[in-house]
Amino acid sequence: MSTLQIKAISGHSGTVAGANTSRDYAVAKLIDVTTCIGCKACEVACLEWNGYPFRDTVFDNSYQTMPDLEWNYYNLIRFNEHTADDGAFSWLMRKDGCLHCADPGCLRACPADGAIVQYANGIVDFQQDNCIGCQYCVTGCPFNIPKFNPETKKVHKCTLCSDRVGAGLEPACVKACPTGCLHFGSKDDMLDLAHKRVDQLKEHTSHTNAGVYDPQGVGGTHVMYVLHDITQPEKYSGLPSNPRVPWTVRIWKGPLKWLGNLAMVGGVIGVTLHYLRFGPKEVKPEVKNDEAKKDEVKKP
Amino acid sequence: MTHIMRYSLTERIIHWIAGLTYLYELATGLAFYTPHLFWMAGILGGGPTSRYWHPIIGVVFLVAILRMFVMWSRDMRITDVDRRWAKEMDHYIRNEDELMPPAARFNVGQKYFFWVMLWAGIFLLLSGLVLWFPEWIPWNLRWLRYTAILLHEISALLSIGAFIIHVYMGTAMVRGGFTSIIRGEVSPEWAKLHHRLWYEKVSKE
Repeated sequence: MSTLQIKAISGHSGTVAGANTSRDYAVAKLIDVTTCIGCKACEVACLEWNGYPFRDTVFDNSYQTMPDLEWNYYNLIRFNEHTADDGAFSWLMRKDGCLHCADPGCLRACPADGAIVQYANGIVDFQQDNCIGCQYCVTGCPFNIPKFNPETKKVHKCTLCSDRVGAGLEPACVKACPTGCLHFGSKDDMLDLAHKRVDQLKEHTSHTNAGVYDPQGVGGTHVMYVLHDITQPEKYSGLPSNPRVPWTVRIWKGPLKWLGNLAMVGGVIGVTLHYLRFGPKEVKPEVKNDEAKKDEVKKP
Repeated sequence: MTHIMRYSLTERIIHWIAGLTYLYELATGLAFYTPHLFWMAGILGGGPTSRYWHPIIGVVFLVAILRMFVMWSRDMRITDVDRRWAKEMDHYIRNEDELMPPAARFNVGQKYFFWVMLWAGIFLLLSGLVLWFPEWIPWNLRWLRYTAILLHEISALLSIGAFIIHVYMGTAMVRGGFTSIIRGEVSPEWAKLHHRLWYEKVSKE
């Protein structure tokens, strides 16, 4: 849908390249964890592009020198030392960050006008100018991604470099990746590439459970993984096998809203009708006969 | 005896602290509740400001409600008198007050309102603490957050239902009620009609 798609060329013989073709403009990033070497170049590129400072590293007898995602750390390689049933040791490294769900729980949960935007190309982006700092998005996200900056009271996460993608560039992490483990393109192309890679793994390696992680519970994602073992995504630092927007969030933002609106409007209409039908309770100046008898006794 | 003191100054002050803080909580809470009312956060200083003050004012509301509990818990106990009164509620709704059994200082409707607001307030604060500081809830306790959002909204809706009836009755329906919570005084006729047992008790004193 690029407006710069060529329609006609002057003095050109033959057909115009690309004319009458249209393709899905949804974008996707593909992370092939089977070729990730854990170099963290993507982490560095992310910090550089977004202008965030490097953080102090921690040492905990593992390669996990950054413990978690932070409000100014969108992109983190999670290191898992994995021992298979036969005792073979392997790294399971996974680049963690926002998956840009087609059905984003963060966006569903957000109460602030314009604080979360989903673009037609699939990118889900936080607009900190409109963020009120309530962190409902944190509750809505099934992947534990959005992070709160307590100083500014704004929530941040990976933008999929919407600023770069809007200018026709790939995300910074993809540009920096030295092994070709990160790919960026249309969602269709990335799915195609992912499945080819899975076929290759199944055919030429022992990873017969290889598969594409594009969870349908959240409508598919615009960041996908190729995993050695799609049957157990949890072993890649808790990647959920069937993520969904939490059911309480769906009830909260769905039926409960309608029920509540109905009850509140109904309540106001109800008391109004009561007033129109019965009017106020006024103290009548004259006392009724049977009450007057009681009063005679008790009156001081 | 031209006037009877129904609410002491302390009672009135605490009532209005609770009432005004509840109104603020209602306005900012409804702004977060639905996009159609988000403009109310704008009127009250903007979304971030409303988000900042909503939990703090909520704590003030709960303190006022708890103070009320200390002050009124004995008066609010539901008794046999109330059960008799509740059976005749239809007459009360139709303004057939002469058919109502006598009520004590508070009738059972007021007592229900008090208990609904107290329990809703407690649940709102407990769930509200989770919503206030979600960053303190570790990922493996995330069900706390999932529960809190539902609990907070259900408690709020219940309290709003009670609040609509309370405001309607206190201002429009029961004439003299609003003056009593402002000036503290009611006429003996009013007391006789609405709270006969209480009237008999105070007129003896």
